[in-house]
Amino acid sequence: MLEAKDLKSNDEIAWCPGCGNFGILNALKQAMVQLGREPKDILLVSGIGQAAKLPHYIKCNCFNGLHGRALPVATAAKLANRQLTVLVTTGDGDCYGEGGNHFIHAVRRNPDITVIVHDNQIYGLTKGQASPTTDPGFVTKFQPSGVVLEPLHSLQMAIVLGAGFVARGYSTEKDHLSWLILEGIKHRGFSLIDVLQPCVTFNRKNTHEWYAERVYKVNDDGSYPSGDKAAALHKAAEWGDRIPIGILYQMQKKSYEENIGLYDRIPLVEEPIENTDISGILKEFI
Amino acid sequence: MAHERTIKIAGEAGQGMQTIGLALCKIFKDAGYYLYANQDYMSRIRGGNNVFQLRIADKPVYAPRKNADITIALDRLSVDCHKDSVSPDGVIILDRDRFAVTEENILFRHIPMYAMAKEIGGSELFVNSLACGVLTGMTGIEYHGVREVLKRTFAGKKEEIVEKNLQAAEAGYIFAKTHFKQNHFTIKSVNAKESLLMNGNEAIALGAIAAGCKFYSAYPMTPSTSIMNVMAHYAKDFNIVVEQAEDEIAAINMVIGASFAGVRSMTGTSGGGFALMTEGLSLAGMTETPIVVVDAQRPAPATGLPTRTEQGDLDFLLHAGHGDFVRAIFSPGTIEEAFYGTIKAFDLSEKFQIPVLIMTDQHLADSYVNIDIFDLKRIKIQRHIISKEDSGLVKDYKRYQFTESGVSPRALPSWINEVFYADSDEHTEEGHITESSHVRTMMVEKRFYKKAAGLSKETENPKTFNIQGADCVLIGFGSTYGVLKEVCELSANRSVGHIHLPQVWPFPVAEVTGLLKNAKKTIVVENNAGAQLSKLIRRETGIKVDTSLLQYDGKPFNLDYLLEQIEKE
Ligand SMILES: Cc1ncc(C[n+]2csc(CCOP(=O)(O)OP(=O)(O)O)c2C)c(N)n1
Ligand code: SF4
Repeated sequence: MLEAKDLKSNDEIAWCPGCGNFGILNALKQAMVQLGREPKDILLVSGIGQAAKLPHYIKCNCFNGLHGRALPVATAAKLANRQLTVLVTTGDGDCYGEGGNHFIHAVRRNPDITVIVHDNQIYGLTKGQASPTTDPGFVTKFQPSGVVLEPLHSLQMAIVLGAGFVARGYSTEKDHLSWLILEGIKHRGFSLIDVLQPCVTFNRKNTHEWYAERVYKVNDDGSYPSGDKAAALHKAAEWGDRIPIGILYQMQKKSYEENIGLYDRIPLVEEPIENTDISGILKEFI
Repeated sequence: MAHERTIKIAGEAGQGMQTIGLALCKIFKDAGYYLYANQDYMSRIRGGNNVFQLRIADKPVYAPRKNADITIALDRLSVDCHKDSVSPDGVIILDRDRFAVTEENILFRHIPMYAMAKEIGGSELFVNSLACGVLTGMTGIEYHGVREVLKRTFAGKKEEIVEKNLQAAEAGYIFAKTHFKQNHFTIKSVNAKESLLMNGNEAIALGAIAAGCKFYSAYPMTPSTSIMNVMAHYAKDFNIVVEQAEDEIAAINMVIGASFAGVRSMTGTSGGGFALMTEGLSLAGMTETPIVVVDAQRPAPATGLPTRTEQGDLDFLLHAGHGDFVRAIFSPGTIEEAFYGTIKAFDLSEKFQIPVLIMTDQHLADSYVNIDIFDLKRIKIQRHIISKEDSGLVKDYKRYQFTESGVSPRALPSWINEVFYADSDEHTEEGHITESSHVRTMMVEKRFYKKAAGLSKETENPKTFNIQGADCVLIGFGSTYGVLKEVCELSANRSVGHIHLPQVWPFPVAEVTGLLKNAKKTIVVENNAGAQLSKLIRRETGIKVDTSLLQYDGKPFNLDYLLEQIEKE
């Protein structure tokens, strides 16, 4: 049996003490223990940012690529070897800013991957600029008069684009978050888990205390209809005094791999290629 | 009897010229001729002036001529566009009634194409089949061959439509036989042996399939798009996934992801798309992920001339991406080089775990030549990865282990029992992020110097022709191969040699230096304004070539123009 300590990597963790990223890391480890797959069959893909360093702190396969580009890498790795459980760990800047176009199209494509967005509403690694999800009015060195842009409503956007699994987690709610991650992995297709993650260094507004007062769980009493798009959009829009966490929308549909018939064949990576015979094709050119 | 003829079909986009041009290629090929065909088309779907040009001969030919012997004009504009490029005894076939041409001109031969097409098929759409009949009638092809090819061309269409096309072709054929001077354009056929007819992009796609490419991802961009189409056409038969990415950035990152997971992967684009891919190219260099990228060049900067040709991306490909990393760049000059070169590109990319670029251009991409059937026995695929069976035995795996060659053993995730890390940040042998100067230095030496040393031993040698004692030596890369070869063969008054570079990077320094050292006069011929190859030769060998012959009007060099220029030099 896999235990949490088996997932410990030797890499020194380079996050600030008290950072919300630790909660996400622990929740992810817990989810992996429960998942019961071997680390060698799990692939974590990330871009660049504090959040994107996470794969180094856990003993699974890791591809740590470029800022904003985790989704195309993860999508294709899954296509190449569908036996891998593929997760993406990314930041709000990484996923919704630099990688915004990939986000839109990954949702449309619906590959069987699980995307965990560490949403600290700030650019951590580059020292505190606003991110696409920063609350309006938030003051930074780069936005001295406060952010004037409308925040990007990623959960609503994902629902509207047709994502089949849209959830919000909170890094301090470890058990709840690990449950969300497990459900996301089990969901066949693109799963988005946007995680509220306090950045104790650069985001002095959306702090642990701020969230503790506001966060509530939607799925606990079983009354919340998670397959109702209109209700989900309404729920996803809630932000301020009360912030819902949980599975906001879920609808099973065919994944990209299913749609292109990949499950009917051997994984691409297992295809023997040494003797690919194209003589049949050549006849068409004679 | 003439040894070669050039035929042109000109008309608007949307008149089905490509279909009929290709049918003509097949007809001539089946009848035993050698042929070369190229297309000149505008960046629009309807209207404009597009040309399909064919050169048929009794020996192999590789390049366009300046003038056509027979031009068949499917619209009025084509008459004006092509009047000035008719050979001395050539003609223009046109429909005087339809185009309302009253002007007398000794070049003009009238055929009421549109009225005939309408009468036979009930629609003017059959005019291109009729044109096909006219051209074959004039050049002395047996009608039977025409019929057979057209039947194949229109196979899949309704019986009635096929029949009408055949009737239109036959009417054109008979018209030509009875109205135009017999035998004037007939050329002798040599019964060329069984051959393949394909263009450069098809050869690249087939090379990729033969090399075991299982993932192709791209964003459409002329003139690379047809590679994607061919890959998609055969995807089911070979279990290949072909993905239309949301942009070129996604395309190259997908290719990297698939390759990381263990699958041979390729992408293709043109200059503007390649510009977007440079970030990913660096990622492949840093993470040591093998990928193959095709740049089908078109004239630029920016979006340039979307459907025309140029060799202006050499400098860019040599330097694309930030930081020091190793790459190989192939520059195929023939359909064969495109095919075998692509296979070798996959091999080198896996052997050295590097990105390999294939630089082609619209001219090679869209030109058809009949060539010897590929020798599939020549293809040896080596994976350079730890096999699934051996993977079980791997212990203490380090993705970036330091080795003599700079190449670390490559395992695949989930095949080995351990996990591993790949990283775009500078990393340790284990793949973890590091800022250690010592490790950094060692990694650069591994990725850059050591791999470069191994790679340079595997560069394709320059191809040479007649360089011993030649009065002048022509040097080129990529698609100028054919025209330079023919210039050498046809230069009457002087002895002209040719050096062709099928791979421009790593630059074959010793070979080129040796070849150029004793050359009397050296002329680099290239399709760009910056004399990019001349400068590369100078940079790498210290040799300054005597002359650069440059062309940057969007067209390939034609044989006659180049012959004249070389005579003058
Ligand atoms: C192409 C590119 N542009 C910019 C950067 C610099 N950069 C690194 S991380 C980052 C922002 C990260 O923000 P976010 O994704 O929210 O992650 P966090 O650090 O907050 O976890 C930026 C702009 C980069 N590495 N690459
Ligand atoms: S800067 Fe913010 S996000 Fe980054 S480690 Fe520190 S607390 Fe966490």
